[in-house]
Amino acid sequence: MARSTALAGNGSGTRSRPWARTVAAVGVAGLVLAACGGEDGDGEGSSDGDGGTAGAGSGGDCDLAADYPSGPIEMIVPWAAGGGTDSVARLVGEQLSTALDTQVNVVNRTGGSGVVGHQAIADAEPDGQTLGLITVEIGMMHHQGLTDLTHEDLSPIAQVNFDPAGLTVAADAPWDDAQALLDHIEANPGTLTASGTGQGGIWHVALIGMLLEAGLEPDAVTFVPSDGAAPALQELVAGGIDLSPSSLGENYTMLEAGRVKALAAMAAEGDPNFPDVPPLAEETGIEFEMGAWRGVAGPAGLDENIVAEVECHLEGIVQGEEYASFMADSRLGVQWRNAEEFAQFMAEDDAAKGEIMERAGLAQ
Amino acid sequence: MAADIQAGLELVLDPTTLLVVVLAGIFGLFIGALPGMTATLAAALLIPFTFFLDPVPAIASIITMSAMAIFAGDVPGALLRIPGTPSSAAYTEDAFRMTQDGKGPVALGVSLVASVLGGLFGSVVLIFVAPVLGEFALRFTSYEYFWVAVLGLTAAVIISRGSQIKGGIALMLGLLISTIGLDVSIGYPRFTFGESELYRGVDFIPAMIGLFGVSEVLRNATSPIHLGPVPKVSSRGSIRESLRTVWRYKHRVGSGSVIGGAVGSLPGAGADIAAWVSYAVTKNTSRNAHLFGRGKGHPEPIAGAAAANNAGLGSAFIPTLAFGIPGDTITAILIGVLLVKGVTPGPQLFTMNTDMLYAIYIVFIVANLLLLPLGFLLIRASSLVLQVPRATLLAIIVAISIVGSFAINNGYLEITIMLLMGVLGFLLERAKIPLAPVVLGIVLGPIVERNFIQSVIKTNWDLGQFFTRPISAGLIVLTAILLFAPPVIATLKRRMRD
Repeated sequence: MARSTALAGNGSGTRSRPWARTVAAVGVAGLVLAACGGEDGDGEGSSDGDGGTAGAGSGGDCDLAADYPSGPIEMIVPWAAGGGTDSVARLVGEQLSTALDTQVNVVNRTGGSGVVGHQAIADAEPDGQTLGLITVEIGMMHHQGLTDLTHEDLSPIAQVNFDPAGLTVAADAPWDDAQALLDHIEANPGTLTASGTGQGGIWHVALIGMLLEAGLEPDAVTFVPSDGAAPALQELVAGGIDLSPSSLGENYTMLEAGRVKALAAMAAEGDPNFPDVPPLAEETGIEFEMGAWRGVAGPAGLDENIVAEVECHLEGIVQGEEYASFMADSRLGVQWRNAEEFAQFMAEDDAAKGEIMERAGLAQ
Repeated sequence: MAADIQAGLELVLDPTTLLVVVLAGIFGLFIGALPGMTATLAAALLIPFTFFLDPVPAIASIITMSAMAIFAGDVPGALLRIPGTPSSAAYTEDAFRMTQDGKGPVALGVSLVASVLGGLFGSVVLIFVAPVLGEFALRFTSYEYFWVAVLGLTAAVIISRGSQIKGGIALMLGLLISTIGLDVSIGYPRFTFGESELYRGVDFIPAMIGLFGVSEVLRNATSPIHLGPVPKVSSRGSIRESLRTVWRYKHRVGSGSVIGGAVGSLPGAGADIAAWVSYAVTKNTSRNAHLFGRGKGHPEPIAGAAAANNAGLGSAFIPTLAFGIPGDTITAILIGVLLVKGVTPGPQLFTMNTDMLYAIYIVFIVANLLLLPLGFLLIRASSLVLQVPRATLLAIIVAISIVGSFAINNGYLEITIMLLMGVLGFLLERAKIPLAPVVLGIVLGPIVERNFIQSVIKTNWDLGQFFTRPISAGLIVLTAILLFAPPVIATLKRRMRD
């Protein structure tokens, strides 16, 4: 029973979701009398076939696809509401909504380390009415054997963010730079522990990549899988682990509180939000770059005019002031790549991670 | 700190937040006053609405709602001898006998004022104790979290009502359900039958909506509750007499508050246990003990126990906020809502989200102050509330349950989970197996497992580390003490009956 329902959920989800949203909105209006009246009216009106007015109000220069959009757009987020990916999606969605003059609904489809949400994006109708905020995991989970889904099942539109991996240790740790830490690891392989994501997650792969580049064994540091960067940081402060390769932005409150210190960022330019932290190459000579990224994509087979139109709007959004200040406040890195560059980047990133995961025995 | 308080105040005194607090309060009073409908059910039904709110109003709605529901449970207890929530059961007999003697409004008035005072005391305990524990919990590593979670699991069974074997069965069921999906440590799929939708496992919120909401509907459909005629309540002059009575028994309100504050802060022990303990203590130390629960009833134990259950509510948030480990089903729901809103309960809350933390404190105070006027309104309108047509209400519960489960992840899997858990909950209740341990099993299972696996990976299976660390050892001792709690509670209950 659960099985058939789940399958039905994949197939017909897109069509019936706005309806249920409306029901929910009416429900809220019932309890929370505040200001919901107007909104649920909108929801009802636009939930079906008011495609006639589509595209009329789109921003002038970017209106490259005729009859697009033909109604409200759904933006699928493979991660939970309230997290970093979700907040980026909500900001991009809000601005895209103004630019395209239609409603953009952010819908969280979580679970399975991102598999569920990415699958939902790939399974949607390629009509541009369903887009998604895809994340670095698209290039990792298929190596782990969790899914057959790859970036080739998607139509990349634009990359909007990149956060390099960091190297964060407790404030009272004996190492003052990345080289000292690597020397310690080389002299005492297998004694230090690190954490920051689940097994085979982005920070795990980044750590292994760095170790391999440094000529060390992939298990020279024992990796402890965690439920994200925050619990790992707690372990770091409490002395349960020795280092966290998660992005510096994820650790910034503890960095500012002086409970942990950052030794390096794994990118050629370092992390622009943390100018005081040197790039990994500066101390160690290791030219290794890896990090988490986010981008907008649709299902494979998206019309190229639609891709061009959304890409054009996104370029304006990502290079705008509001986006820059939001990202700086959230300690997230702004990174622009257009559809073509994004596709190429995903292919390279996929191959690089595949190789690391293969050598570390994480690939299936 | 002053800046934090100001930031917290700004978050709470926002008009939307205040409106949400008032509406959630009315909702809590309403559901709590209906026999059989618990504060947990009310909280579960509130979840879908919290998705549309900002974090602070979302959390405020649940806190306010539960504070109101705990008091509202006294109303049908006094008028119909059916406690609205389990927390009111301890003094239902006294309140009902006072109603028969024409003193119903006084019984409820005393209960209301004591509830407000107890609730405020519980809030103060929370405000002062939680940060200390939170700072302490910064030293916790996976070993300590493992033991805190084990302590929670132990408490879930030990303190469950009725047979502990049945509590154990319920807990095991919950733990089993929690293993569905990608395993928490290395991402290996378990019980997913190759279906990627099942990778995310059983979310405990739809599970809880099913267990408490749908099962209640099924129970009502198969064996409807027939309420007798509801006595009319005339509250003329009762406010003054209630206040006088509370003043006379102010030391009971005080001791009840302290008992509630202490009992509630234990993981697993919530408002209902606090009320029972306070009733027992009052009975053992009062000159009027021979008048309790018989004849015309007596307001003295009401003053103590009503203060205790509301105080327990505030202090139950201490382990929740400091460790991220829920003390009871309501705090489990609150953790779910916090996580959905991107706030991770636990020691980080005290360093990262201090404005949120102070907002939670302020909400507790506001909710308890608001209880006074709204509570008096409920007492006046009680006969109306109790005569709401049940069939309509049950239909609304089903509708909210379905919409709410869907809204968790915009997927149909959650609706299926909710319905299956509803049937499961119905069957378990039939077999007199408590439901709360199932929920705690689902919530705590992954925490125990993850911290165990992390610990053994860190030390390469050196299990000695679980026992030799000082904080771990302390937690093991606490767990052991908890194992001896049931005989003590049984003795208290027996003494109370004599």
